[in-house]
Amino acid sequence: MNRIVELNQVSRAFGRIQALERLDLRLETGEVLGLLGHNGAGKSTTIKLILGILAATAGAVRVLGEDPRGRGAGRLRMATGYLPENVSFYDNLTGREVLQYFARLKRAPTRAVGELLERVGLREAAHRRVRTYSKGMRQRLGLAQALLGHPRLLLLDEPTVGLDPMATRDVYDMIDTLRDRGTGVILCSHVLPGVERHIDRVAILGRGRLLASGTIDALREQAGLPLHIRVRITGANGAQRQALGANALETRVEDDGTIVLSIRPECKMAALQALLAAPGVEDLSVETPTLETLYAHFDGLDGRREQPHA
Amino acid sequence: MREVLIVAGKEFRDGLRNRWVLAITLAFALLAVALAWFGAAASGEVGFTQVSTTIVSLATLAVFLIPLIALMLAYDSIVGEDEGGTLLLLMSYPLSRVALLSGKFCGHAAVLGLSTILGFGAAAAVIVLVDAGAAVHDLSGPFALFIGSAVLLGWAFLALAYVISVVTREKARAAGLALLTWFLFVLVYDLALLGLLVGTEGRVDGGLFRVLLLLNPTDVFRLVNLTGFEEMAAASGMLSVMAGQGFPITGLLAILAAWTIVPLAAAAGLFAARRT
Repeated sequence: MNRIVELNQVSRAFGRIQALERLDLRLETGEVLGLLGHNGAGKSTTIKLILGILAATAGAVRVLGEDPRGRGAGRLRMATGYLPENVSFYDNLTGREVLQYFARLKRAPTRAVGELLERVGLREAAHRRVRTYSKGMRQRLGLAQALLGHPRLLLLDEPTVGLDPMATRDVYDMIDTLRDRGTGVILCSHVLPGVERHIDRVAILGRGRLLASGTIDALREQAGLPLHIRVRITGANGAQRQALGANALETRVEDDGTIVLSIRPECKMAALQALLAAPGVEDLSVETPTLETLYAHFDGLDGRREQPHA
Repeated sequence: MREVLIVAGKEFRDGLRNRWVLAITLAFALLAVALAWFGAAASGEVGFTQVSTTIVSLATLAVFLIPLIALMLAYDSIVGEDEGGTLLLLMSYPLSRVALLSGKFCGHAAVLGLSTILGFGAAAAVIVLVDAGAAVHDLSGPFALFIGSAVLLGWAFLALAYVISVVTREKARAAGLALLTWFLFVLVYDLALLGLLVGTEGRVDGGLFRVLLLLNPTDVFRLVNLTGFEEMAAASGMLSVMAGQGFPITGLLAILAAWTIVPLAAAAGLFAARRT
């Protein structure tokens, strides 16, 4: 059984509000899926369906081949780790006590508590009350909690909110390690920069529907957004500058004289060759559309708005 | 079952750590000793009074205090976890809602039960030690009944606190509702009954009045501790209506127990039916 999560045409309504509509989603072993969307796009509902906290109004949810609300739910929950958004743990307990409590509930061995505290960098703070923890420390404690019992499925809701850049990198490193061990990870986020390198596939949700899904490269291809080439050039006359823009959809000159060319993805190599042959080009860099741009693109399509992507 | 014990254990340790156990125990012990010592002050003497007087005054005060303490102890049990986000997390654990609620209730019940027994028990011990005149066998029966019914009264209001905690989505609202509950059961209900008696000039059907009294756990508690003592009439005007109609003690205790079980079952049912 390689498939960790499978959602088939899943819908969920709250009264007359359709929170999710015919959603298809898959997560394989050792895969990291980025689940992106606005507040209210259906991310939390999706997570709750996978955790078995909510029942789907239509469609089938399968986790490790089982129904998360069925007979095997208890066993599934022991194999699942979850970090909710904005969780504040019991302030009066120490970090170690909090983790021990959750470890007992999850039937994880108590020696795992020490190891996990070490792993998230809370060993020294383990005997302090959670009340004294910083936002980042609380988040690490939450992460340690999610890792109890070696989960095969990990659901992380905004795991890097409130973390400094170093701690953020630690979290991503941890996700990489888990993926290598075969854990399936669903990463919910609207904080996009930096996350790209750590996710295998992206699913973009908007108003309860799946707007796009696939690898980042596939999404780039699907979106067909122009890429940008930044060129620094010296000693070129007007005509030569004009010639640079031959392949470009649009040419823009920044304040410091850097020329930014918007190029169709399929014209990329031709444009680069032309630039290399051009006189006076000192430096150039290629910027492919970021995940953020892609997200804005697909989200914008959903809103039937014309996005001014330059 | 294992999960229930884990949750109950945490809740109980929280009670110890937050000094709830210590505070309640001390409050009850001091109250009991003070009432025993000054109970006769009205008649111009200071010193330990008769056991019956002590119990009557204790019951009169406990009926205000115990429901308040129980409601304050548990009003945020579920709604507090909901606000903190840990409820959602716990729901993703191999732990059913009923197990979570039962565990928390058991923990709180242990905190309240232990404090009540320790507090009033210590007071009883002090009375026996200091007052040579107090015979242990005279004291033990009524005091044991008082403590037992006090524990049940506390549990009944704990169960009501759980209902409040399950139906509300904000801690502040739950606190308000808890105070309102206390106000209704402890003050308003009896005033309303009194008003009924006065308004109809006592021509209320006896059976109906009986039922109305048994519908309020605080009145049941009063009946357990006040009937059978002569001082009763002086201490509680209204209950004297019931004089001579002797309720069986076991029946009254069973009603108190039902006041725990029914609200708790309702809380569990409401909690299980909740969407999140």
